[in-house]
Amino acid sequence: MVNYFFIRLIQSVLVMLVVAFVAFSLFNYVGDPVHNMVGQEASTEKREEIREKLGLNDPVHTQFLRFVGNAVKGEFGLSYQLRRPVSDLIAERLPATLELVFISALIAIVSGVVLGVYTGINRDGFLSNIILILSLFGVSLPTFVIGILFIYLFSVILGILPSFGRGEVVDLGFWNTGFLTLSGIKAIILPSITLSLFQMTYIIRLVRAEMMEILQTDYIKFARARGIEKNTINFKHALKNGLIPVITIAGINVGTLIAFSIITETVFQWPGMGFLFINAVHFVDIPIMSAYLIMVAFIFVMINFIVDITYYIIDPRIRIKEEVSPE
Amino acid sequence: MIIKEMLKFIKATCLTLLFVGFISPVYSATIKWSMPGDSLTLDPHAQNEGPTHMVSRQVYESLVTRGLDMSIEPQLATSWEATDPETWVFTLRDGVVFSDGKALRASDVEFSINRALSGASDMIELIESITSVKALSPSTVEIKTEGPNPILLNQLSQIFIMSEGWSKKNGCELPQDFNAEEATYCSSNANGTGPFKITLREQDTRTVFERNASWWGDQSQHNIDKIELLPINNDATRVAALLSGDIDFTNFTPAQDIERISGSSGHKVESTPQARTIFFGMDQGSDELRSSNIKGANPLKDKRVRLAMYHALDMDAIKDKVMRGLSEPAGMITFPGVQGYTKELDARLPYDPEKSKQLLAEAGYPDGFEITLDCPNNRYINDEAICVAAVGMFAKIGITVNLDSQPKSIHFKDLQNDLSDFYMLGWGVPTFDSHYVYSFLLTTGGSWNKVGYSDARVDELVGTMLTETNLDKRNANIAEAWAIVQDNMPYLPLHHQVISWGSKSNVDVPIRTNNEPLFRHAMVN
Repeated sequence: MVNYFFIRLIQSVLVMLVVAFVAFSLFNYVGDPVHNMVGQEASTEKREEIREKLGLNDPVHTQFLRFVGNAVKGEFGLSYQLRRPVSDLIAERLPATLELVFISALIAIVSGVVLGVYTGINRDGFLSNIILILSLFGVSLPTFVIGILFIYLFSVILGILPSFGRGEVVDLGFWNTGFLTLSGIKAIILPSITLSLFQMTYIIRLVRAEMMEILQTDYIKFARARGIEKNTINFKHALKNGLIPVITIAGINVGTLIAFSIITETVFQWPGMGFLFINAVHFVDIPIMSAYLIMVAFIFVMINFIVDITYYIIDPRIRIKEEVSPE
Repeated sequence: MIIKEMLKFIKATCLTLLFVGFISPVYSATIKWSMPGDSLTLDPHAQNEGPTHMVSRQVYESLVTRGLDMSIEPQLATSWEATDPETWVFTLRDGVVFSDGKALRASDVEFSINRALSGASDMIELIESITSVKALSPSTVEIKTEGPNPILLNQLSQIFIMSEGWSKKNGCELPQDFNAEEATYCSSNANGTGPFKITLREQDTRTVFERNASWWGDQSQHNIDKIELLPINNDATRVAALLSGDIDFTNFTPAQDIERISGSSGHKVESTPQARTIFFGMDQGSDELRSSNIKGANPLKDKRVRLAMYHALDMDAIKDKVMRGLSEPAGMITFPGVQGYTKELDARLPYDPEKSKQLLAEAGYPDGFEITLDCPNNRYINDEAICVAAVGMFAKIGITVNLDSQPKSIHFKDLQNDLSDFYMLGWGVPTFDSHYVYSFLLTTGGSWNKVGYSDARVDELVGTMLTETNLDKRNANIAEAWAIVQDNMPYLPLHHQVISWGSKSNVDVPIRTNNEPLFRHAMVN
């Protein structure tokens, strides 16, 4: 157990280092931050002086080692653009992104499962076909198009929901939340639905396929033969078994939601991390970009790490293999 | 908990509606303002950048300022005189107080200008001719410059005055440094003498300004009690927010949505030429172009080739098709209002592809040549689309132009590193004086002179622009310099940008050519 845990941990750290290094090498191609930091009046000497000050003239590996050294201490430096500590900026915006992702995941899972079960049971029903056709839009339309369509429909035409922003937030000291005000709740509706659509479609199709497969299995046939009530079979026996892969996928997809939120946040001017990141890319704000990439990589690595460990606990085959031939 | 909140909110909304409905049916003095980005910092000397100044200008004031028509007006100084060519004495306005209640003194001016000249200030280049600032009495300040400086007032209009006591108390005597550990207090708080004060600052989300009751100026010029700045980066979202009433005003209206907004009842759009001209630069300094099929020679050195390219550009077509009518075709690389601009010089040479072909043949390139055009794709209005249109026009006269369009952060990096033969650039002139154009774009070795233009007489004339205090003589020198440049055509002028401000019909914010709103002149009816 400890051995397995340890190997996985080392692998995770390696992945993080590789991600950081790749990200860092890419920064050399995104442009010159100094151009954005000084006015057009700045002389060539002044530009050079700032480059020197920021250490941008050092070779990539030197910059990288310096960055890793600071990152380990939890220091990500000062944003070039905003001249504020990156850790403060991320702490300010993390709640917005996590609340958005939480609500989106909730919508995606709940409605995904409900609609998936319905379309799985009523395979050729009229409503099922409509749901499946609509869900095709969910996968094929890009997020920003859906977002803009929603804004035009619900804000401009109907005028019932705000077109942008997060509404009023309540500062709890360690967390700022939009859940405690009416404007905050209204503001999260459109972005969270926009963000959830892709995942929802995915889950509908997964649950539907699982349900259809399970409903064909022998134990369901026996259950029917025993005269158990239809709803009990569908929900207690079939759905329960069908959910195992869904939970795994949904867990990993939370990471994807965080990554996808960049586009949704831009369309809705949602003051989260994705929005911070996109602005940083335009400005070539290297400290923010690197901190964000490291954080997203960290979230993915953590989720995978937990999934691996969970498998280890759930699936005896992994344990047995290790005991038979210890590496 | 949530339900309780909601009930409370509904109750409050009903009450507000009652009040708004019965007591003040038209008067609403809050204005919700949006632009794509936010001010980068409230420190007025740390960033010399458009949106940052737009925010600072509502709160901070300078010795002199530009009025609605962009002419220089007194602000914190009521009068000034040059006691000798290198010395200016400014008399400060009486009764000016900062929003923390402290009176403005000459020592604050001395402190502020010195602050703008030190450390990581982004304003240093603008006012580097200032050698000393001294408070002569509580209400007079003496500024000395290195040699005579005829455009000092223009430069000072960009330097905001802070309170010395407040800055020192809060540990920001110097502008925020690039690699400091912490953000300073002054980058997220403001204490100015202006018509508004900032009461809430959430960067990139919301900034609230409230009327400064102790402002010295004429409060009847505006009826704004509160400004909310709500940045919205995405064009479509910003337009939707305006149409749905979530914002009242934006000074960044995308060209493609102007019809949509002015067509909606209850909204309007105003346009004006912007203080920025777009042009192409052509490297005529190198002996061989980097991207051309012509080796051992640089076709752009030949004035006939440059003229041929000029005659090939149909700027009226670009205005109609690409800019949707929102551009002013230009014949010179600076715009109306700049000292040295004339309508005659700004008239374009005719669109004449036949003449272009003839000129190319005379220059020895009857079959044209190949060249790469570098173009930004997120800096100027429709920048990439303009380049695409131009490529087609050059093809008609036989010049094969390969387009390389990239984000601004890469485009300008390549320009700075002298990697481009042929590029798009736009130039604004904050000082409204030709010297600003010449010193960067046209003097030998100027920091944005990436075309390698060099003319001894022009260099000499640029030198005199900085020192000649006899305005008639100085204007004659500027005119002579323009005559030389217009004859040589080192840049291909394209057009002056046109900006548009969209708002609700009852909101009047006078439009200005530098895109900076002055809410002290705004009215909500």
